[in-house]
Amino acid sequence: MISYIIKRILGMIPTLIIISIIIFLIVQLPPGDFVTSAQAEIAASGGGMDASAVEAMRVRYGLDQPMLVQYWKWVSGFPRGDFGFSLEWSAPVWDIIAGRLGWTFLLSGLALVFMWIVSIPIGIYSARHKYSLGDNVFSFLGFLGLSIPDFMLSLIWLVFATMVLGISASGLYSPQMFDAPWSLVKFFDLLNHLWPPVVIMGIVGTAELIRIMRGNLLDILNQQYVTTARSKGLEEKVVVKKYAVRMAINPLISVLGMQIPKMISSSIIVGLVLSFPTVGPIFLRALITQDMYLAGAILLLMTVMLLIGNLLADIALAWVDPRIRYE
Amino acid sequence: MIDYQEKSEHIKKLYERQSTFDESIAHQMMSSEKLAFATSQWRMMWRKFIRNRIAVVGGIVILLFYLIALFANFIAPYTLQERMTKYSFLAPQRIHFFNEGKFQPFVYGLKGSRDPVTLMRVYVPDPEKRIPVRFFIRGEPYKLIGLIPASTHLFGVEEGIVSLLGTDGQGRDMFSRIIIGSQLSLTIGLVGVALSLIIGAFLGVSSGYFGGWVDNLIQRMIEIIRSFPPIPLWMALTAALPSHWSPLRVYFAITVILSLIGWTWLARQLRGKVLALREEDFIMAAQLAGASNRWIIFRHLIPATFSHIIVISTLAMPAMILAESALSFLGLGLRPPLTSWGVLLQQAQNIQVLLLYPWLMIPGFFVAISILAFNFLGDGLRDAADPYTV
Repeated sequence: MISYIIKRILGMIPTLIIISIIIFLIVQLPPGDFVTSAQAEIAASGGGMDASAVEAMRVRYGLDQPMLVQYWKWVSGFPRGDFGFSLEWSAPVWDIIAGRLGWTFLLSGLALVFMWIVSIPIGIYSARHKYSLGDNVFSFLGFLGLSIPDFMLSLIWLVFATMVLGISASGLYSPQMFDAPWSLVKFFDLLNHLWPPVVIMGIVGTAELIRIMRGNLLDILNQQYVTTARSKGLEEKVVVKKYAVRMAINPLISVLGMQIPKMISSSIIVGLVLSFPTVGPIFLRALITQDMYLAGAILLLMTVMLLIGNLLADIALAWVDPRIRYE
Repeated sequence: MIDYQEKSEHIKKLYERQSTFDESIAHQMMSSEKLAFATSQWRMMWRKFIRNRIAVVGGIVILLFYLIALFANFIAPYTLQERMTKYSFLAPQRIHFFNEGKFQPFVYGLKGSRDPVTLMRVYVPDPEKRIPVRFFIRGEPYKLIGLIPASTHLFGVEEGIVSLLGTDGQGRDMFSRIIIGSQLSLTIGLVGVALSLIIGAFLGVSSGYFGGWVDNLIQRMIEIIRSFPPIPLWMALTAALPSHWSPLRVYFAITVILSLIGWTWLARQLRGKVLALREEDFIMAAQLAGASNRWIIFRHLIPATFSHIIVISTLAMPAMILAESALSFLGLGLRPPLTSWGVLLQQAQNIQVLLLYPWLMIPGFFVAISILAFNFLGDGLRDAADPYTV
């Protein structure tokens, strides 16, 4: 098992190198370099930078050197935790995104937990009551959840919360709580702002997981070992819980790994609409202002997050399902 | 080499003669009941599909959407850029169908005034003034299907305004803009899927058929692409599009960017299918008959996976429509004057505006309905593609 994990981690290294090259190329795509565009922006707002300052920045970031050197300057900082310097914010990239990465991570994680808690019981119910009214209702709701874009759900929630419920729905806290010291009330206020994005992010995945769980369980309930268990006189509850569900859950773990990219994508969009401090709003801004180090670092860190998530899902699957071979 | 080709030509002719012969014999020998067993695979799929009500409904909705998109300029009472500045942020109007017991649709005229407290512009319907909604009315000129110059609109009014879904801040009719915007929203998916299909079918089938290093290379490539979270990658790529590009160029660039990730999914699915088919006897037979790899891929493998290709591309449509509207919503996708549902939704980004004028959110429902319909259709097609299981 341990050698399997080490092998998987080592296998990630070439992938990471190729990914960092691709990301570097993507952030280099826009015409001109970011010093030029920053200069244009400063000039547009009245001020100006003298030529020597611009030149100094070029040298500092190696912009006058070949691509390969620029890439190396960029990428060699990562192991030391140096993700570059954001021109827009005049701060190291890591300081800007560290807290936001935390929120992104928290939201994605909670959404994954939400998906599991909701979809497994519903999947079991739907499989055991195939084509019943409940099954049909759930599968229709699932389709609906699959079809409404996450930004749309966020907008609907915003309008509904403000117009019908009369509560604030965007940001981390209600306006009157911004400067309040930490208290139980403020904590509940935070929770009240936390669950809608989690649910919105989780809905699409939930719909998918219900379908997969239902399908798996239906397949397994038709297998001979389940019939054997029944004919031994086991209670139906035990047959389903201990024999069928235990088996049907395994594929869900690999599906979990496949949900992670969607969670990351979704956290960006939901964060933007509900003005939640995920990396989303900053990422969009960085892309528009061509804040290259910031945008590149966010894209890279999100990809790393995804790779680690997939690794964890694979390890979990290998751990839960002893039939998986480690070679 | 020439010898081989001649031989395979010959075998092909033989095969064709044989198959027509078989069919005629089958028809002579079988009674009409037994003929049911000889129905083609496509026919069986169709029968299975048609039994799935909800999938058929999905299909009809999609057909309708595309028909509307095709004749959008005719159906919309106004053109894309027509501004009725007198009526900015007008709420959706109610259409009354019966005028004194007779079928004569009309809308009330509007009196504009200002709210005494908020100083917001409000419009009050004036029950005294009934403006009839006329059909096949002359309006702004447009080009039907982008070719034929015309100026007849399906419906419209001679004075005042008819606005089924309200207007935006510049007094542009949302209904017209949504209908015309569907042209881009719905075709970007089609073009994107077509592009993904071309790349995905070719690489996926080759990957499965050749195996070895070709398979390895293609699979590693797919793995790398798939290790990016899709929306952030799309955002980064579309943000890199030069701002001086013409709208049309941006449109095609976006379809290319969308299919850059889209093809991987398709290729994976097809590879699995081909891996199974490769071991089948008919491929071996073709190989023994001297058919080239290209012949086998294009004449045997791709046609054999055709039903799956249809299913996969239907199921890929929602993701494309979703991606386009999400990107345009964020301001990174299509740009005005191009109008798609996502572009229309940009106005809904400002929460204060949205709360005052919630009908600006309506384009999003069109996105949802089209995705729902594609999901239903794709699901039904998936079941039908395997007609031998009940």
